[in-house]
Amino acid sequence: MEVLLFGISKELMGQQVLSLPEHQKIATVLELKQWILNQYPEMGTLYSFAIAVDQEYADDETPITENQEIALIPPVSGG
Amino acid sequence: MYSWLQDPEAGGINLFIGNVRNHAQEKAVVKLEFEGYKPMAMKEMEKLAAEAMEKWPIKKLLMVHALGSKQIGEPVVVIGTATAHRKDAFEASRFLIDELKNKVPIWKKEYFADQTVWVNAHP
Repeated sequence: MEVLLFGISKELMGQQVLSLPEHQKIATVLELKQWILNQYPEMGTLYSFAIAVDQEYADDETPITENQEIALIPPVSGG
Repeated sequence: MYSWLQDPEAGGINLFIGNVRNHAQEKAVVKLEFEGYKPMAMKEMEKLAAEAMEKWPIKKLLMVHALGSKQIGEPVVVIGTATAHRKDAFEASRFLIDELKNKVPIWKKEYFADQTVWVNAHP
């Protein structure tokens, strides 16, 4: 499973795209957030971050699968 | 853009332009850089436009956001609304820029002389 990274998350996680290890079974947005926070504690210093699934904001219960486009959305600051 | 917003039924045209200013948090800004999750940003902007069109009797609406490096004084975001009466144009434009800043997946990086900061990232 791959997660597109944006903004400050690329720097905090030292990569452009996060590739989760094969054996890592992650079924929901909440599980993904928890895995990220465990692996990259720095991400816990942000206000918060959201997860987008297929380019839509997803809530914690949203299921996630391999073939969806998953992105990590740090606090936005457009405008 | 102004001419695009013209409409025979529109008595009020509101054009908001967000520019790069030369300071932030009392420090001199050298430049800004904007990164966007383009396909999702477009979707979110289209959702906001649709929402505004429902809330206000809008004749014409435009939303534009720059990406990449921006110098002092350069425009970054433009919101335009054309309505029969000015009240709706002001309100709709305010809604669009405020919600854009909350929802559209675009990120601003501020370059100061001695450091760079991702805006709004940390408390």
